[in-house]
Amino acid sequence: MSEKKIREPLLIELSIPGRRGVRFPEPDVPQAQLPEHLLREDLPLPEVSEVDVIRHFTRLSQYNHAVDTGFYPLGSCTMKYNPKINEDMARLPGFAYIHPLQPEETVQGALALMYHLQKYLAEIVGMPGVSLQPAAGAHGEFTGILIMRAYHRDQGEHQRNKVLVPDSAHGTNPASSAMSGMRVVEIPSDERGNIDLVALKKECDETLAGLMITNPNTLGLFEEHIEEVVNAVHEAGGLVYGDGANLNAFLGIARFGDMGFDIVHLNLHKTFSTPHGGGGPGSGPVAVAEHLKDFLPGPIVDIVEEGDPPTYGFVWPKKSIGRVKAFYGHFGVMVRALTYILMMGQEGLRKVAEMAVLNANYLRVMLQDTYHIPYNRLCKHEFVAEGRWPDAPDIKALDISKRLMDFGFHPPTNYFPLIVKEALMIEPTETESKATLDAFIAAMKQIAREARENPEVLKTAPHNTPFGRVDEVKAARELILTWHDWSTVDSRRSIVDSR
Amino acid sequence: MFVPHTPEEIQEMLRAIGVEKIEDLFADIPEKFRHPKQIDLPPPMTEMEVAEELQHLAEANDNVRDHLLCFLGAGAYYHYIPSVIDHILRRGEFYTAYTPYQPEISQGTLHAIFEFQSMVAALTGMEVANASLYDGATAVAEAVNMAYHVFRGKRPKSVLSPFIHPQYLATVRTYYEHSDREVVVPDLPVEASPEALIEFIDDRTSLVMVAYPDFFGRLYDLQAVADAAHEKGALFGVVANPLALALFKAPGEYGADMVVAEGQPLGIPLSFGGPYLGIFTTRKKLVHKMAGRLIGESVDSRGQRVYVMTLSAREQHIRRARATSNICTNNALMALAATVYMALLGKEGLREVALLNYHKAHYAAQRLSQIQGFELAFPDVPFFNEFVLKTPSSVKDINDFLLDHDILGGYDLSQDFPQLDRHMLLAVTEMISRDDIEFLAEVLEEWVA
Repeated sequence: MSEKKIREPLLIELSIPGRRGVRFPEPDVPQAQLPEHLLREDLPLPEVSEVDVIRHFTRLSQYNHAVDTGFYPLGSCTMKYNPKINEDMARLPGFAYIHPLQPEETVQGALALMYHLQKYLAEIVGMPGVSLQPAAGAHGEFTGILIMRAYHRDQGEHQRNKVLVPDSAHGTNPASSAMSGMRVVEIPSDERGNIDLVALKKECDETLAGLMITNPNTLGLFEEHIEEVVNAVHEAGGLVYGDGANLNAFLGIARFGDMGFDIVHLNLHKTFSTPHGGGGPGSGPVAVAEHLKDFLPGPIVDIVEEGDPPTYGFVWPKKSIGRVKAFYGHFGVMVRALTYILMMGQEGLRKVAEMAVLNANYLRVMLQDTYHIPYNRLCKHEFVAEGRWPDAPDIKALDISKRLMDFGFHPPTNYFPLIVKEALMIEPTETESKATLDAFIAAMKQIAREARENPEVLKTAPHNTPFGRVDEVKAARELILTWHDWSTVDSRRSIVDSR
Repeated sequence: MFVPHTPEEIQEMLRAIGVEKIEDLFADIPEKFRHPKQIDLPPPMTEMEVAEELQHLAEANDNVRDHLLCFLGAGAYYHYIPSVIDHILRRGEFYTAYTPYQPEISQGTLHAIFEFQSMVAALTGMEVANASLYDGATAVAEAVNMAYHVFRGKRPKSVLSPFIHPQYLATVRTYYEHSDREVVVPDLPVEASPEALIEFIDDRTSLVMVAYPDFFGRLYDLQAVADAAHEKGALFGVVANPLALALFKAPGEYGADMVVAEGQPLGIPLSFGGPYLGIFTTRKKLVHKMAGRLIGESVDSRGQRVYVMTLSAREQHIRRARATSNICTNNALMALAATVYMALLGKEGLREVALLNYHKAHYAAQRLSQIQGFELAFPDVPFFNEFVLKTPSSVKDINDFLLDHDILGGYDLSQDFPQLDRHMLLAVTEMISRDDIEFLAEVLEEWVA
């Protein structure tokens, strides 16, 4: 195997036997006897200094594109600016240093915070019951499906085991349904990008548990027949689940509850400005209509004694599905989201949606002559373009994405939703300026020209980034998943084994 | 507040779009659903005001750094977090990035996760670790699911030790109640050792799972139960405290097929229960059935070593309803915290902290069991940094008294184990000094008197 050029070593390569990072105090108690038969012999971890650690991770950080370094129009991910004050608030000692099992009387501030966040989220979506426990969007979906099942069983309708999912849905929707043991049936989209009503109604029978629907859908389009869709499902005895991943589109303007939804999950890490952390942690609270409140996962926070201030405590909904994780959810993320909601208020939240939709439509219109937009109508917070042209047959959406990096932009989401060929899913969010959007438009137009005039520059992109195009096939073939795996694929085993 | 447009720019953009006003952009939402009436949110605050408001809420809590002496563990532990860790986590390049879908501009995250996978594999003695799950509870739930799929549903049964964290067991029950996964948690006497699980293992069993240390802090040699599971063709899983693994035999050494853990002890703040870190590891031959993201090494077009998400065909964004799990967003930033923590402490430091925990907990156990009416519940079983103390009256009464002295007492086990009325689970970490232990002992003595 050929040697690879190393830009930044791994910790194991920086390691020198005997080198130390942080030290801890000497024990101030007598040494107890250790159970020899249970001890491990060796702990093969790296040995590096504090300076090594700081420089290593600082250099690594500089290889990342992030919201703080530039435009990040990754569709369906709502990469808006993450206010810095959120970070400070989550680290207040009164939040960061409280134990989840402390007596409730010692954590009234934390409980009040959760209570108010539950209440505000309930107001925002127009549904009375909220549990903050789910850890992320997909976890919220799974929770929602469990609520759906518990409700039907409670009604004596054990046969309801079918969940309908539009073909434009996020992959987590069918995966979450399947994980709970439900049967998933995919519903096609019509030519305007709406759910196909005829196909939907055909599946509305006595085995229907419910429909999972993203609105606006992953094309960024508001479901034009939402009322009919909801009614069809309800008439068949099913429940309507809303994937709130795209709530940025009508925050403060419309509410799931008013549209008749029974269950929704929210992504605090999308809509409510908490950071994505390079893949998480998120937070996926679930909100439900009145008839489902008793089924929410517990515990949730309520006022247990009126007063000024009232006393807050954890309570269990009467027919709760149980808990879906340890403790109460991602509290640190809740602190950030509440900070954001308090700063925005209703008007601020509405402005978020207005500007997110303005930005998306501006990009759509400015790019529609250059890129084919298969469902080209008024969009909400995002839209989907095709990354291909008949007169540039070799160019794929991926090439456009890689070339965009040369202009300092993160690419849009690629190859999703599946119903658009060579999809480029673009979500600018409300926090981007017109100047940024104009620069992005100019880059997209230049790339479209290059696709015809100099396709090679796209095929070999990116050029201006610290790393070139990555061989993903090799990664899957060799499966080097830890530095211990080196010994099986090349001679560098000595690096590891000498430790 | 975080919207940059001037009114002129908005007008210009509306003109470009071809509409007159902002409201026109929402014409596709049926009018009856548009513009809800005034909703019940407080009026917007400035940063200055919100900082004051949140400070006020934070101060309404008694925290374990400034107010309370913490002997409470039970799945969340107060450990020292070196300054370096938060300095790295607060780099916007890390915390404001998304999942590293585009490897050319995400090498920071990808490289760090590869290091996380490598160090977690070393710590657990396993071959592969994923890029994280939500927490210890959901990691156990994913282990049950994975074992079910390894045997393609033909072995529907999982046998879980009743001494796994009660909230983890509760989570597993929520996940799989009414599904075809059969979760068996035998009702064993609390003195039972893990071998008591053996009689529940049969050829319908896909997974046998044990906690190490268990919920009562106890450490057992798990070789016999591991062998028994394998004899019946089942997988053997361990849910571990990762800090304990710095000192005690890695489950990989005694044949574990999956090791999962709550990663919170590795540099993650208590933060009222989350976000924490789900650690999930397995053997390489089972990697195709594993949930979650996985980072592999490769090369770029310039011959440079790079890292990239791999085996994505297991995941929901490719396989949809047939994915190994629905997980998408995970707890990557917490995995970064654990990575920096393990790097900074390293081989010696991690062992040093584990030893501090061990010695202090043992000193405390010895000191407290000398008090009239108090004794160790399991005096002959080794433990790490947590142990069960029998108390002369209800734990709640004792804890109320301790709280009056600004001591956060141990976990009241009667909440989950009715037979353990008057039993307290105490955790002693490196944050507790000998004087603190003496103080606790004196207050308990005062209470006895």
